[in-house]
Order: sequence, then C-alpha cells, then structure tokens
Amino acid sequence: MPTPLVVSDVAKSFTMHLRDGIKLPVVAGVSFSIKTGECTVLGGPSGAGKSSILKMLYGNYAVDEGQIIVTHQDGLIDLARASPRTVLSVRRQTIGYVSQFLRTVPRVSALDVVAEPLVERGEEREAARAKARALLAQLNLPEKLWMLPPATFSGGEQQRVNIARGFITEHPILLLDEPTASLDATNRDVVIELIAAKKRAGVALLGIFHDHDVREAVADRIVDVTAFAPGKLAA
Amino acid sequence: MTDEPLLRVSALSKFYGSRVGCDNVSFDLWPGEVLAVVGESGSGKTTLLNCLSTRLLPSSGTASYRMRDGQFRELYRMSEAERRFLMRTDWGFVHQNPADGLRMTVSAGANVGERLMAVGDRHYGKIRATAVDWLSRVEIEQDRIDDEPRAFSGGMRQRLQIARNLVTGPRLVFMDEPTGGLDVSVQARLLDLLRGLVTDLGLAAIVVTHDLAVARLLSQRMMVMKDGRVVESGLTDRVLDDPRAPYTQLLVSSILQV
Repeated sequence: MPTPLVVSDVAKSFTMHLRDGIKLPVVAGVSFSIKTGECTVLGGPSGAGKSSILKMLYGNYAVDEGQIIVTHQDGLIDLARASPRTVLSVRRQTIGYVSQFLRTVPRVSALDVVAEPLVERGEEREAARAKARALLAQLNLPEKLWMLPPATFSGGEQQRVNIARGFITEHPILLLDEPTASLDATNRDVVIELIAAKKRAGVALLGIFHDHDVREAVADRIVDVTAFAPGKLAA
Repeated sequence: MTDEPLLRVSALSKFYGSRVGCDNVSFDLWPGEVLAVVGESGSGKTTLLNCLSTRLLPSSGTASYRMRDGQFRELYRMSEAERRFLMRTDWGFVHQNPADGLRMTVSAGANVGERLMAVGDRHYGKIRATAVDWLSRVEIEQDRIDDEPRAFSGGMRQRLQIARNLVTGPRLVFMDEPTGGLDVSVQARLLDLLRGLVTDLGLAAIVVTHDLAVARLLSQRMMVMKDGRVVESGLTDRVLDDPRAPYTQLLVSSILQV
C-alpha cells in the first residue's frame, strides 16, 4: 500500500526564552510512516508528545531536526523545511486536520465554518453548504444551530462542528487530535463510521484517541510515542 | 494561481538620520495572500508599510510589483505620476483613522464614486449603482448614500473607507491598524467583513497591527518586527502557537485571556 507520509528522525524541543532560555525536549528520533486506507494511532500517556507530533505534521509547530516527507500534487515535499506558501498548499490539498478544539470566528455560522475548507478548494458555496448540512445532520447537530456562530455552543456541539469541518473534504491524509473526547456514545459511533468511510475511500489517517473503545474500533496500527522520548536517544 | 509573486521586497531599509525606521526587510507576497506585520509601537511596522506603499521612499533596498501586464516594475524608479496612478487603481490603503482616507465633506456615495472616476468611469448612473452596491457590501444602508461621513459613526466610517478602497478592484491593499480605535463589537463585525471580502476578491493584503488576534483572524503569514528588524516570520498559526524568537514569545505570552 502507498505511504503518502513518511516521518524520519524528527526532533522537537521548546526553548523558553522568558525562563532563562530553559530547553524542554519534547520528542526525538520520531520515525514512522502511514499508509492509505489505514488508521494509524499514536499511543502513549499524556505529555508524551502525541499532539506535538500531529502539529508538526500540519506545519503548526516548527521542526528542529529530521524530515517529514509528504506526497503532494504528484511530488514529494519535506514539510519540515517547506515555505509557508507550500505548507498552505499542502493544507488546502493534501493534509486535513481535526484539532482538539474549534477556533471560532465571530459572526460566521456553523454551516459556513464547516463548508469553508471545500470553498477554499474551489467548490461552489451552495454545493459546499449542501454537503455541510448532510454532515451536520449525520453528526446529530440540531438544525436550529446551523445558522448560528458556534462560539456559544457546548463543548460537544463545537467538537461536532470541528469534526464535520475536517471530514467534509477529500484530503488524502487526515490528522485527528482526539476527535471524540467530548462526545456521547451515539456520536462516537458516528465518528467511528466516518473514519471507516475515509479508510474505504483510501485516505491515510493518523489519530490520537484516548477513548479505548474508539481506538479498538478504528486502529489498524499503533505507534508507541514513548519510544521517541528524548532521553531514550542517549541510551 | 500563478507561480510568480505580486510583490518582491529585497533588503529594504529606511533610516531617519541615524535612527532606524526599518532595517533590511525582505519578503515575497503572492496574490491572495494576507501578510500581517506585528510589533509594538516604534517597531518600524508603519515605516515599512509606508515605504511599500511608496508614501515614503526607503534609504536603500528594492521593491518590485507585478503590473497587470505581468511585467515587474521597480517601485522606487517609477515616476510620481505612475505611482499615484497605481495607488488610485491597483492598490488600496486603509488608514487607521478613516478621516485620513476619506473626504469628510463630500457624500458617502461620492467618496466611493470618486475612485471610479479616477479610473475613467464617467457614466453617472453606473457610478451611483456601483456605489450603492459597494455600500451594501460593507453593510451601509442605501439611504445613507447622500450623507457625509462626518455624520457616520467610527465603525461606519471605517467600512466606508474600505468600500472606497475596494471599488476599483485593487489587487493589493495596505492596511494600517484597520480595527484600531473601534469598540470590540464593531471590530468583530469589521474583521468578519474584511475576512469575507479578502477571500471573495482574492486580494493580497499587508496588514499592520499590534493586535495578535486580528493577525490570527486575517492573515496566513506573519512578520514580527522589533527595533526595525524582522525577528521572526512564518505561517501565522505557527508563529503564534510555537513562537521561537524571544521577543515573539514575550508578545504571545502577553496576550490577555478572556
């Protein structure tokens, strides 16, 4: 099976200049790849660096060392070194991302928040909204909320908007940062079904799931992030 | 999408005597990109904006702009008349204080129509229809078209200034603290409006702001300036979520949480 994303020897640390330049190593020697039609799960306890790895793959965190090679528009790109303009293009076309929390914009309705990634990819606004409606309905978001900005929604409602926004496009790679954390059982099952549908469509998924049942249901492979703890490198 | 930038800036510096305005700034801007320039007062961000928009001439460095015919022209070698023409047609400049960008003693409609006449429109009915259309796009009621901006609130004036700038279909818009001095509710409305217009029209924009939330909402890329120099640049969310330079870390850690 094709591997659209290969991570090799990636290291990340934070330098806190306001705290006398103290250096906090996060991960080192991160190496793995993901395959199309599979859901790879990052495993390990809180603080092991799972979210940091996802954020590096999305260009949201800078990478200190190593390579992140992604297949983008029939070519290969090293995301660790790519220009901002290239990263934006990768986000638009190749890598989708469901963040842990929804970042809301004043005055933009839930429906348009969901439709936006499709519009950015050149789809007609009305067609994008139609797909957004279908997804929000599937995720059981009450219809009376669709035209409201999600800022005042509950945690679970916001998360469903966020999931719909991430799943609406046909990105070949999809990153999921605890998409089911604040969902009830019914909606968790909807997300499991959405993930299964993405796999059937040949999408390569990489996710973090603290919920044991969800992980059991979706994971094809587990990458243990504790293996990339910075101290281990010296050993 | 074309593979050539709209604006190429190389080693731009401006000194006021021995004092540094901005020092050795280089970047490319592509069509449809919004670049935020952030930093505290005196960091040189407004000097940079004024140099780029040719309101000031730099001490050294170059900036070339891709004209509509696809040819790059060196901005500081153009004649004054050519620069003025560019400013009236292909560029917009949104000032922090709307009074600096509007004519306060002519009607709202005339403020918008004037820019159209500058690009050669002469048909009164057409100009007025376009003005009405633009006023509605910036959410100004049609019955205010004959009022002078003096009679408008601060938020309305700012929206009118935006309409005046965008009516000629510019490809590049400079904005200097576009939401500065507005109430937060008015600011939110304006930001949403700007965001929508920039996306719909595929505008490139350079937005100077000291407000990191404004930068996050409007821009894809960001430059952080301190003492006239660019201390950090990159994707806006990368700079804000993983700031690397000491000064950027200080800026980000100083944001008040609501």
